Amino acid sequence: MSTRLAKQGRLIDRSKKVTFTFNGTSMQGYEGDTLASALLANDQMMVGRSFKYHRPRGVVASGAEEPNALVGLGQGNRFEPNQRATTTELFNGLTAISQNHWPSLEHDIGAVNTAFARFLPAGFYYKTFIHPKPFWKHVYEPFIRQSAGLGKAPDKDSRDADTYEHFYAFTDVLVIGGGVAGLQAAKAAAASGAKVLLIEQSAYWGGRAPVDGGTVNDEPVDKFVEQLVSELETMDNVSMRSRCMGAGVYDHGYVLGYERLTDHTPGVQGPRHRLWRIRAKQIVTATGAIERPLSFAGNDVPGVMLASAMRDYAVNWGVNPGERVIVATNNDDAYRTAITLKQAGVDVLRIVDARATAGPLAEEARQLGIRVDPGKAIAKVKGGKRVKKVAICNQEGVGGAREEVEADAVAMSGGWSPVVHMWSHCGGKLTWDDANAFFRPDPSRPPLGANGEGFVLAAGASNGALVLGDVLTDAHAVGKAAAKAAGFKPKNIKAPVGETTAEAPMEAVWLMPANAEIQLRMKSWLDFQNDVKVSDVQLAAREGYESVEHTKRYTTLGMATDQGKLSNINGLAILADALESEIPKVGTTTFRPPYTPISMGAIGGEARGEVFQPIRQTPMHNWHDRNGADWEPVGHWRRTYAYVRPGESVHDAVNREVKNTRDNLGLLDASTLGKLIVKGPDAGKFLDIMYTNMMSTLIVGKCRYGLMCSENGFLIDDGVVARIDKDTWLCHTTTGGAERIHGHMEEWLQTEWWDWKVYVANVTEQYAQVAVVGPNARKVLEKLNAQAGGGMDLSKEALPFMEWRDGKIGEFDARAYRISFSGELSYEIAVPASQGQAFWDALFEAGQEFGVMPYGTECLHILRAEKGFIMIGDETDGTVIPQDLGLHWALSKKKEDYLGKRAHSRSHMADPERWKLVGLETVDGSVLPDGAYAVGEGVNANGQRNMIGRVTSTYFSANLGKGIAMGLIKHGPDRMGEIVEFPGTDGKTYKAKIVDPIFFDKDGEKQNV
Amino acid sequence: MSEPISALNHASYDGIANVRECGLQGMITLRGDLSDKSLAKAVKDATGQNVPGQREALVSGDTGVCWMSPDELLVLVPYAEVETKLAAMVKALGKTHTLAVNVSDARAVFTISGASAREVLGKVAPVDLSSEAFQPGQIRRSRLAQVAGAFWMDDAETFRVVCFRSAADYVFKLLKVAAQPGSEVGVY
Repeated sequence: MSTRLAKQGRLIDRSKKVTFTFNGTSMQGYEGDTLASALLANDQMMVGRSFKYHRPRGVVASGAEEPNALVGLGQGNRFEPNQRATTTELFNGLTAISQNHWPSLEHDIGAVNTAFARFLPAGFYYKTFIHPKPFWKHVYEPFIRQSAGLGKAPDKDSRDADTYEHFYAFTDVLVIGGGVAGLQAAKAAAASGAKVLLIEQSAYWGGRAPVDGGTVNDEPVDKFVEQLVSELETMDNVSMRSRCMGAGVYDHGYVLGYERLTDHTPGVQGPRHRLWRIRAKQIVTATGAIERPLSFAGNDVPGVMLASAMRDYAVNWGVNPGERVIVATNNDDAYRTAITLKQAGVDVLRIVDARATAGPLAEEARQLGIRVDPGKAIAKVKGGKRVKKVAICNQEGVGGAREEVEADAVAMSGGWSPVVHMWSHCGGKLTWDDANAFFRPDPSRPPLGANGEGFVLAAGASNGALVLGDVLTDAHAVGKAAAKAAGFKPKNIKAPVGETTAEAPMEAVWLMPANAEIQLRMKSWLDFQNDVKVSDVQLAAREGYESVEHTKRYTTLGMATDQGKLSNINGLAILADALESEIPKVGTTTFRPPYTPISMGAIGGEARGEVFQPIRQTPMHNWHDRNGADWEPVGHWRRTYAYVRPGESVHDAVNREVKNTRDNLGLLDASTLGKLIVKGPDAGKFLDIMYTNMMSTLIVGKCRYGLMCSENGFLIDDGVVARIDKDTWLCHTTTGGAERIHGHMEEWLQTEWWDWKVYVANVTEQYAQVAVVGPNARKVLEKLNAQAGGGMDLSKEALPFMEWRDGKIGEFDARAYRISFSGELSYEIAVPASQGQAFWDALFEAGQEFGVMPYGTECLHILRAEKGFIMIGDETDGTVIPQDLGLHWALSKKKEDYLGKRAHSRSHMADPERWKLVGLETVDGSVLPDGAYAVGEGVNANGQRNMIGRVTSTYFSANLGKGIAMGLIKHGPDRMGEIVEFPGTDGKTYKAKIVDPIFFDKDGEKQNV
Repeated sequence: MSEPISALNHASYDGIANVRECGLQGMITLRGDLSDKSLAKAVKDATGQNVPGQREALVSGDTGVCWMSPDELLVLVPYAEVETKLAAMVKALGKTHTLAVNVSDARAVFTISGASAREVLGKVAPVDLSSEAFQPGQIRRSRLAQVAGAFWMDDAETFRVVCFRSAADYVFKLLKVAAQPGSEVGVY
């Protein structure tokens, strides 16, 4: 059983007990524990079940590489699935539940899968579920979906209780990893005066070195770490962040850091996670190395653990993972685990070393009384929910002649792999190191920055230097090199001297025993979380999956939440062997960020709740909100769709507004319409190019409706243009078009006609603009003038249709445009935005006697549709040209050129078969479905009905008491009076008559009063 | 004239920094050839300042001038004087090809003040706000999370932040989140 040792535990504080629960059982740990160390201290060997076969799973590692110990953490609004117990700091009240089992961790129905394991080989799903075809959708997929996934998704009604944020940081040198290499590299870089940011994923500095031991400058390495940390802390040009993981390295020295601020103290004020968005001139990755498992049968049984992890649990947390331990290794480093455990009083039964000879550590172990068996291997670990027996055989051979030993824990070490993720994220290449059997960064092929030079340097173990002395020398040199590459002059200081016991060379062992028979290979796990075994990879190779990327996807090797941190190298070594190729030729799969999963909250940052997205508000926004606004998003704006009164439906409100505006007086908040000032000696010439019709000839004081096309001839915007003075025009755009058309104008001015003297300014938000619409429009404005002595003459004679004037209306400085998008007597009046609400209030109050009602965008749409006015975005969709909409009159024939003119002469644009705008009236007065297609005779090549047009706008007109619509119909204008069929998605076929698109007041008498 | 009201009417929030909407600020967008002498004189007459260089903000209180782009300046004058100053500027510029336009009402202005002001802004703007990189006298046009914004410093602990009026509510709420208690970063 696993227990707490009487002594040791450099990271725990035994005076501070911490209580937590696992699957509802209350347990105790100490401050400084991880959840994993605390579970082990409570003899909780089994912590979850694997994904495919539901096999019992125990803690196998001690850090970010852990594939097994994933739990559901927290409750309610703080519940999170798939949290690694090995990187979860323990706190009082922590609640954890194990995953992927039913009904309980101990008794799991899904574990029956393991009995069928031989029928669930690699590619099982691909092979099995492909026939018969309908079964996929109705049988297989629902079943697989139900059994898929590890942890449970949070409850759909729960809401993350915490806040998150981003932070933009800038530094000369970023060092990722706060082990001895990172600390030394940071110091060497900082000595040059460069600004250094050092980030470390765990809560403490020094990495593995204090566990692994050795001396630096004749002092114990943990003392060296302490001194180095306090030295760096005093340097003004160094920032240090613990609990901040380097998540990804991207182009141009951009790095994401994932800082966990309150995971270990939930509920404390402040954000939970902070995503650091770092720009660094140079990046040093000092991310260490990860130990590899050995592939022997039963290497997944709880109690089998990485040798280094077992050492960590003993030294860091005072936890003994077993009472009778066997160590299996192919290198000297694992002897340290045996020695550490033995010294802590654990019974280390023997060291099974696949090699014939080991280094001086073997002698040290022997002197402590540990049996060392060279040339031996583990044939099989027996036991279900924990290790019971270990069968030992010769490494050379198929695994026969076994000796069985009773044991409760196995420490395994297959050698080490440098953590090359950060190096690789942005394109750094790797080289195969045959002596150590690992990939390490190839310094001649780093990720390249904008200047063609490398911007990432690897240091220490992540650069392939595994021995303390080499680590320090390498990190020191790399720190200096990074400072130099960042433009600083490194100080000529010597690297500290590290010393450890010498080690004999490791030997690559990819399978234990070397020629293990199939029964053993089928139980030799590569990927513990996804249940990929040696036999699966070999099968994939036999079935032709030669590319490592294909094998990965076929077998799911390395596709679990740990992304193959333990399994990748072992897996591709097996693949290389099966293909009779070499490991470097097979290569690795792609390393992609993030290094370990980061929270969605951190990615979203502050963008949640009321700041999820900006909502643009007009000066009268709050009034609308208080007066029943049913909101509609238009771009980032919110506009009122209709003002709904108590007891009314939205449809009722729209109908009321439509009738009232035609009969009495309506007010529309038109502030969102774009307003661009175009000024300069060449402004007229420029606008003649921008618009299809002539703007240069517009007389000062007058307005003209204009159309804009892209250079491909398609309609992109429309609006009323007013000439302000000789050199100045004001162009109205659509609500959604203001920024786009501003950019469009600037682009042409900056790239094509940079020599024209024109300036453009976007003054959209300077003004609150109110459309005062209806038979009583003039009356209400004249009343305001009478009340407050406004001087603007608003009579038909003084301000005729399609003209504008500046002046005072009531007490307001105003610009009044006599323009109409409704066919009614209408003024659009612009006042300074900061007086917009006051102006609206004044109109509303004065308008009471004239039956004033505010109206929303749906009423606006219906009024314009009754008049047959087109709407950009309804009648246009990026493929429509002015000719389609019968707007030939707005295409100047006098002008030599304008944007779109040449495009309009292309054959398809001039094609008489193009669908053309017409009005549509259902034969029974009902409303046509929006977007419905009109069908013609016959079928097309796909057997579908031939289409001859579509509905672009459709409404119920309360004024006319029937449905009205506009649409684009093939030969439409030549087919007036004909009936066209529109099949709806509701199964009905709607019949509509082709009519003139102007339904109301054809002669425009109402607006000319 | 009715009383003009700024977008948020002096709303204020205290967290790790104080965030306050400043009320109305007179602003004139001036586009033109920044090396032109009559433009320089018009700027001087309106603000007492020279034409700023790239990313410079020459501001004292509510009067000054900021560089916006190679052919655009932002002229700051007291709100009550903006029409007079604009008219004088237009007159002084005469026939020089320029565009001067009142944009005071199109904007909202905030201050972020306090020892953590740099960090609050550093959470929403992708700009190096360390004291070595950013000081009073400089302006940056950047973004504030999802909207456009510009800012300069009144003093070592106070930023003045400008955004579009329609985004004022968003920016205020955004800065409140960024200034929430317990969110000090501890780097500036």
